[in-house]
Amino acid sequence: MTREAYDVIIIGAGSVGVPGAWAMARDGLSVLVIDRFASPGQGSNKTAIGGIRATHSDPAKIRLCLRSLEIARTWQEAHGDDIEWTTGGYSFVAYSSREENTLKDLLVIQEQHGLDIDWHEPRELLGIIPALRRDGLHGGTFSPGDGHCSPLLFGHAMYEQAKAAGARFRFGETITGIDVVSGRVRGVVTDKGIYDAPIIVNAAGPWASEVGHLLGMEHPVRPDSHEGGITEPVAHFLGPMVVDIRPAPGSANYYFFQLATGQIVFCVTPSPSLWGFDRRETSAFLPMVAKRMVDLMPCLTNLRVRRTWRGLYPMTPDGSPLVGWSREVSGYLMAIGMCGQGFMLGPGLGELLSRVVRAEAKPEDEEILSILSPHRAFAGQEALK
Amino acid sequence: MARIEQHPIVRRDWKDPFTFTFAGRPVTAYPGDMISSALFAAGLRVFGHHPKDGAPQGIYCANGQCAQCLVLADGLPVKACMTAVQPGMSVEPVDGLPTLPSRREVGVMREAEVRPVAVLILGGGPAGLSAAIELGSRGIDVLVVDDKDRLGGKLVLQTHRFFGSTQAVFAGTRGIDIGARLEKRVRELAAVEVWLESTALAVFSDRVVGVLRKDRYVLVRPQMLLVATGAREKSLVFQGNTLPGVYGAGAIQTLVNRDLVKAADRLFIVGGGNVGLIAGYHALQAGIDVVGLVEALPECGGYKVHKDKLARMGVPIYTSHTILSANGVDGVESVTVAEVDAKFRPIPGTETSFACDTVLIAVGLDPVDEFLRAAKEYDVPAVAAGDAEEIAEASAAIFSGKIRGLEIARSLGKTTDEVPEEWRTMGEILKSRPGPSTSETVPSDEDSVIPVFHCSQEIPCNPCTSVCPQKLIAIDEADIRRLPQFLGAVTGRECVGCDSCVAICPGLAITLVDFRKDREEPMVTIPFEFGESRLHAGDRVTVLDTVGEPIAAVAVEAVRRSDRTLLVKVRLPRTVAKRAAGVRMQESWVGDPLPQAVERLGDDAIVCRCERITAGEIRARIRAGLRDMNEIKTVTRAGMGACGGKTCTALIARLFREEGVPASEITENIRRPLFIEVPLGVFAGVEEEAL
Repeated sequence: MTREAYDVIIIGAGSVGVPGAWAMARDGLSVLVIDRFASPGQGSNKTAIGGIRATHSDPAKIRLCLRSLEIARTWQEAHGDDIEWTTGGYSFVAYSSREENTLKDLLVIQEQHGLDIDWHEPRELLGIIPALRRDGLHGGTFSPGDGHCSPLLFGHAMYEQAKAAGARFRFGETITGIDVVSGRVRGVVTDKGIYDAPIIVNAAGPWASEVGHLLGMEHPVRPDSHEGGITEPVAHFLGPMVVDIRPAPGSANYYFFQLATGQIVFCVTPSPSLWGFDRRETSAFLPMVAKRMVDLMPCLTNLRVRRTWRGLYPMTPDGSPLVGWSREVSGYLMAIGMCGQGFMLGPGLGELLSRVVRAEAKPEDEEILSILSPHRAFAGQEALK
Repeated sequence: MARIEQHPIVRRDWKDPFTFTFAGRPVTAYPGDMISSALFAAGLRVFGHHPKDGAPQGIYCANGQCAQCLVLADGLPVKACMTAVQPGMSVEPVDGLPTLPSRREVGVMREAEVRPVAVLILGGGPAGLSAAIELGSRGIDVLVVDDKDRLGGKLVLQTHRFFGSTQAVFAGTRGIDIGARLEKRVRELAAVEVWLESTALAVFSDRVVGVLRKDRYVLVRPQMLLVATGAREKSLVFQGNTLPGVYGAGAIQTLVNRDLVKAADRLFIVGGGNVGLIAGYHALQAGIDVVGLVEALPECGGYKVHKDKLARMGVPIYTSHTILSANGVDGVESVTVAEVDAKFRPIPGTETSFACDTVLIAVGLDPVDEFLRAAKEYDVPAVAAGDAEEIAEASAAIFSGKIRGLEIARSLGKTTDEVPEEWRTMGEILKSRPGPSTSETVPSDEDSVIPVFHCSQEIPCNPCTSVCPQKLIAIDEADIRRLPQFLGAVTGRECVGCDSCVAICPGLAITLVDFRKDREEPMVTIPFEFGESRLHAGDRVTVLDTVGEPIAAVAVEAVRRSDRTLLVKVRLPRTVAKRAAGVRMQESWVGDPLPQAVERLGDDAIVCRCERITAGEIRARIRAGLRDMNEIKTVTRAGMGACGGKTCTALIARLFREEGVPASEITENIRRPLFIEVPLGVFAGVEEEAL
């Protein structure tokens, strides 16, 4: 059994844990990240499709994602690795007044936050996305500053940077206990060692509740699964991430975009939700999503699907993340319940977490933390998740 | 390249040729040709260039497994090896990324048909067909799904007579004919439905198997799944290993024996297992010069009779040798090989090059087991048969399919028949590896007619015992691996010299020596399978011993036909007559090396064919400490391509071994559906006719 001491231990080397470790290590903290999988990002991070947008409706997510966007956009310049970043924008399309109204209502809030997003009439929108079905198109929003990259390459590049900054990672280790003395965390016990730290960060994604149970706590996080897929690569024809929020049997919405390498990546939000940890493929997904996609964009009829998978969305009662210190156990910091947006929130959130553990949160951080407080009352649902 | 208009074993009608275009040029094809075969017949082996590095692309497996033969057929991306060419079809090479055709409308979208069935059999090869016969003959509702346009699996490529047991698995009959017999029986069974040109895509967790049936998506819901998907070929890492001209054994056999395309002029073989040895023989039958064969082990792993047969045809076999590189720019021009030490490392200074246009890779097989794995994970009742269960000879696959078929029938409560113990014993015998070689025992008799068995290695094989009208050849019935015995002395009966044993021996390892007319110059009957056009009475031939050493040069006295085997009669001196085993087919100069070894520079030993990731890139990651294959995939893209890790996974595992990483440290990569790429419109159920 090894016994090592750190400033911070992060549980989970995924979408949140890796950028968190990177930020903290950069900021001079000694950090250990422990993950049950064999390498970084093997939980939910690798099932992310890679979109990053600031065009949310909640100021906390908007601010975190604006920072994530900046990190992703400038990554190659700053660090040299090509993460296949593409500033292709996001477009939410409307084929009925219902979606048109929803999107236009949201625009008001989004514009209040200074986001670069506009409503486009059909003609203009078809100029941006020529392959869209024309008949019935009411128009849609387009936010040109949003974009996408390879979640695999971005996640791994941040992991390499975190290691270079001094963060330590232990893979294939399962946390079996969290050591608490007089109401303060003192470290963790895994199946392979004991590690001490005065601060423990829960960044365990869909498994966040299991970590909570080790402390006798109930976190209101439970996963549901979303199925995704990727096609063969074809020459570039699609700029933005296209989001269709029309509900249809089996799905609440779906979205897709073209990677820099030419493949279309697509994903649905199942309706009703598929609760639980089951990530096994079902036969229902492909026919359902294919019908919706070829209906929206007829040219996709001849595009071949290469692979499918299912990823877990760690959901909270109101669809917003839970970030903040525990009131019951001091030194226990939660960064959980990303509701499927851990990949895009992660880089911005990682920096925030570093400021939080160093007790250097700025006033605007405090505002984010108050919105994402794990102690909040779960009243509403965010309009666009 | 050209068509093989006269093949010694296979017939094909050369009727109704038509024209299609490739890159705008007219190309001739025949009904039934795959795009790749027609292009090969026209001498076109480069189908496009890879978007990453512009490397020339073409077939590799010709079996729908890899994805290297991508072309655009009438604007749509397809695998050239799996797509039948149509009159007037416009085929375009894929250079860089293809452009998605624009489209304004889609027609009606249908719901995918859901098809319940008692037993779904994936694969209509020897194992699948045998199982279907057991099940269908008991009235059990069976659906056989196969991705090719005909049943038989790899049997349709096997022009040679099969080993195994005559009683149990049609030994002594040619593979192509066994395939036809099994198909005939399956087609007679009303309970068996066959879907050809249909590919299983995935076993889903809701116990449904997604099947692409031609251009429709069907959800099959079986009570039992039998995975008889056979094997895929292992690949090998060496410089130039993806040059057009470097192909799997199955690809050459498909082109040569199924499509009758002379796929090469000068072929070099890597791998001395049965697949490589037999493929070499098939190439010779197709009129292809076989320049040589390398095997890394000190002995060929295949049957000795296969090796001897090839050696007797004049093919040099280099054991303890490996391939270093395939050389050329847009295709193979030569191959460089070297001797290896006890640890399989090439010995510097032993490099030798041979001019050739094609390199055939036959370095073993891996089970196609993804459907079985998924089924087990998802609690779908499933079993495997044939190579999908355990790599062995096709005769073993036939028998294992039969056993699995009966077991499934029992488990469905449709029969109370037990699998007989003899079946299980025979199943094991058919799967057994060849035994050690012993020396040939030659009968001393020099008065009458005697068969000489040039067969000195225990393999499961007994056809010779079944054809002797005098019942003079015996092999232990309880264990057909034993060597044949001539019972002339024991029984007092005499061989009548009918030549039946010579004609039926799958190893071409029986000769008949007839001393009756001339004791000093007996007549020797030697089998020959290269067609009447290649040998006539009066021709002078070089007679060779078992392992290919020349023993005499004589004129052919007579040639007799038995099925498609020729029985060549020569007179030989008494002193050498019993050693005669074959007549030379290929002149010895064919195997001459180039005066100087060719060195291929650069790092293009490819591990992931789809994404073109080199061994160097993977090794660097392993040396940097990566142990999770999923992480290697994340950072290199190896395994992310069209084929889904079908070839590179085993190669990466091999690189780990070469780097001395213990298996316990390695995390296997996660395999996900789909088995092949399928258009979104098919999943959507788009009715193309409605447009």
